Amino acid sequence: MVSHHRFLGAVALLLSLPSGGVAVASPITDALPVIRAVDHEGKGNAAAAKAWSVIAAADASALPDILAGMDGANPIAANWLRSAIDAVVTKAGGNARLPVDSLVRFLAETKHDPRARRLAFDLVRGADAARADKLLDGMVEDPSVELRRDAVAKVIARADALKTGEKKEEALVAYQKAFSASRNVEQIQALATTIRELGGTVDLTGHFGFLRGWQIVGPFDNTDGKGFATVYPPEETLDLSAALDGKEGKVSWQPVETADEYGVVNVNLSYPPPAPPADAKPADSDSKEGLKGVIAYAVTEFVSAEDRPAEIRLGTKNAWKIWLNGSPVFEREEYHRGMEIDQYRMPVTLRKGPNTILIKVCQDEQRRPWTTEWEFQLRVCDEVGTAIHPLGGPDSVAK
Amino acid sequence: MPRLPALLIATALLTAALPARSDDWLEFRGPGGASRVKEGSLPVELSAADVRWSADLPGRGLSGVLVVGDRAFVTTSDGPTQDRLHLVCLSTSTGKILWDRQVWATGRTMCHSKTSVAAPTPCSDGKRVYAIFSSNDLVCFDLDGNLQWLRGITYDYPNVSNSLGMASSLLVTADTVIVPVENDSESYSLGIDAATGVNRWRLDRPKGANWTSPVILAPGLVALQSKTGIEAIRATDGSTAWSYTDGADTVSSSALADGILYVPSNGITALTLDPADPAKQPTQAWRENTLSPATASCVVAGDALYTINGAGVLTAGDRATGKRRWQLRIEGPYSGTPVTDGKHLWAVNEAGLVRVVELGEKEGKVVATLDLGDEILCSPAAADGALYVRSNTKLHKIGR
Repeated sequence: MVSHHRFLGAVALLLSLPSGGVAVASPITDALPVIRAVDHEGKGNAAAAKAWSVIAAADASALPDILAGMDGANPIAANWLRSAIDAVVTKAGGNARLPVDSLVRFLAETKHDPRARRLAFDLVRGADAARADKLLDGMVEDPSVELRRDAVAKVIARADALKTGEKKEEALVAYQKAFSASRNVEQIQALATTIRELGGTVDLTGHFGFLRGWQIVGPFDNTDGKGFATVYPPEETLDLSAALDGKEGKVSWQPVETADEYGVVNVNLSYPPPAPPADAKPADSDSKEGLKGVIAYAVTEFVSAEDRPAEIRLGTKNAWKIWLNGSPVFEREEYHRGMEIDQYRMPVTLRKGPNTILIKVCQDEQRRPWTTEWEFQLRVCDEVGTAIHPLGGPDSVAK
Repeated sequence: MPRLPALLIATALLTAALPARSDDWLEFRGPGGASRVKEGSLPVELSAADVRWSADLPGRGLSGVLVVGDRAFVTTSDGPTQDRLHLVCLSTSTGKILWDRQVWATGRTMCHSKTSVAAPTPCSDGKRVYAIFSSNDLVCFDLDGNLQWLRGITYDYPNVSNSLGMASSLLVTADTVIVPVENDSESYSLGIDAATGVNRWRLDRPKGANWTSPVILAPGLVALQSKTGIEAIRATDGSTAWSYTDGADTVSSSALADGILYVPSNGITALTLDPADPAKQPTQAWRENTLSPATASCVVAGDALYTINGAGVLTAGDRATGKRRWQLRIEGPYSGTPVTDGKHLWAVNEAGLVRVVELGEKEGKVVATLDLGDEILCSPAAADGALYVRSNTKLHKIGR
């Protein structure tokens, strides 16, 4: 049996079909604010469900307005609108019947939400692939990471053709252009390999904006994981000249500058385990070198040219806490589940002048081949992923 | 109101979803998580001709399939960072995609390369489909693709995540969606109002990565599994009815059949529920450490239960005692849990080999094999005489 509600929905759908011959106005103006009011823990869901039905029943000509509704919306509200657009497109009978010109105009306005613009691009591509492909030529510096990625992919394809044609110098120039523009990690890594194969040079550390220079202190006690919640002196006062009570005695700050081009600071190198006694038995085959049940702090000074929004992006497989200028930013108590570039993205506001970034890096007591790492990589960038360098250049930190 | 041509009205009615049937597959591993189907309901002899259709999917994933009436539902993810999350509805008769709804991940999408953002299996109450992803984005659509509500659990609670990926599947009972999002850091299970998507309750759960899925013990009563054991929770308010505290696995899940909960704990531990009141503390019927499920969960049918270990060995155990009956090597590895009707068992290994095992009293025997030529990591669904298995690219229907 078909419900009454479902029947009415089907009637509304038919009314708005071009084949039905009846035009239906799209009263989305009232519905959009209702969707945009949704928030944490399901707030506004009931009203939004009704508003969603209104938007989903809209004519395809309303798509740019629905997309624009994502501007400044929280990610939950954006998702309500995202799924409504699928319904509108389905109802319209597919991409071929979409208002391509108005979608292209929406796409051209970079003030709009990057993901909404990417969606507009996908809709255009579904209707006219050649036109969409041509649009990419102007998007290598686009604020949408995905649009930029596809635009860069076209540059790479041209470079590949030059390389195949034995025009290696021209290819290298094109690859360098692509590298400079790319904000996608996999694309950047592949480009770095290719450029180096062709004899070119790349500065991965600088491109990403990884911070290489730190002051570090430790080890502090993390037996039974209790150190994660323990407030050790660096969380209260940053005095880089002070001797502090560590796990096995007094400890002091020392400078560290990682040579890793992805900015990985290997804390195990600063605090290697003591050499085993000469008569020690062979170690458990599962165990590896490295202190266990310990904590280190690393701090650096980042001099910003201006007050500005930024992102601190972190990769680590250790539990951690981060403070910016003494204020906690985020923390996570998870050990050895994996690490990748930009694993955690934290929006922050940098102030003009010196900014202090403090990180607590915790090591647990598991002794398995995959639990040795005690390390992190951290960069400062904008929301697109473009590196923000401190005044004086990437190596001017860790005073 | 303008008059509508009768044909258009009829077309509209036909495209609306048909109501659910009793043999629908509405959750991970089917009713009770026992992976059990009606005897004789699935084909024993298999050939390539039994693959009724193979549909291309818009993205990757390893979640299981739901079958509700004449529609199949499956989740996928795609995009450079796998942050485009799809709930896809297909016709069970043709494999045609009827609708595809997307949202963007609001939580982290990082996960181990073997798993996927679309790892947890959705669930349905026959009226709506509830789906969650490793990013902890939770959506509810009706069967026709109309959004009812959505949530971003990591948006609400920013430390709910697992860098290896989340995989626990959803359940719905007593108009409450059970949402296990247990992990090393901010570890919860939630009971969410199925109609509105707001919290009925949120329980602090043991901190630790947990990929197991809950089981409905009785209407409104749910077993949550973790490294500490089993907690039986009342779905309406989240209160604890009883606890089993001898520990349990964090990968393979428990299965309920005929009032007995088979828990992957010290091998398998069988807990007999009080038939008059399943909310009362169960009694331990037996414990057998030679039954050792790996990734796939145990399955139960007839008078036996079956586990597959990490070496791809299928073990049959006596349901009354837990004692091992026989073993059979069926080349693994297996990520998905097989299904059984008590006479036969259908197991799909990661290489995409579907094996039909005849289940005897003293031995098991492979009686049919079908090579799908596709990596299969999901647990099969079974409905209306067919198996449904999906890969990173396709959904296959095998059978009637």
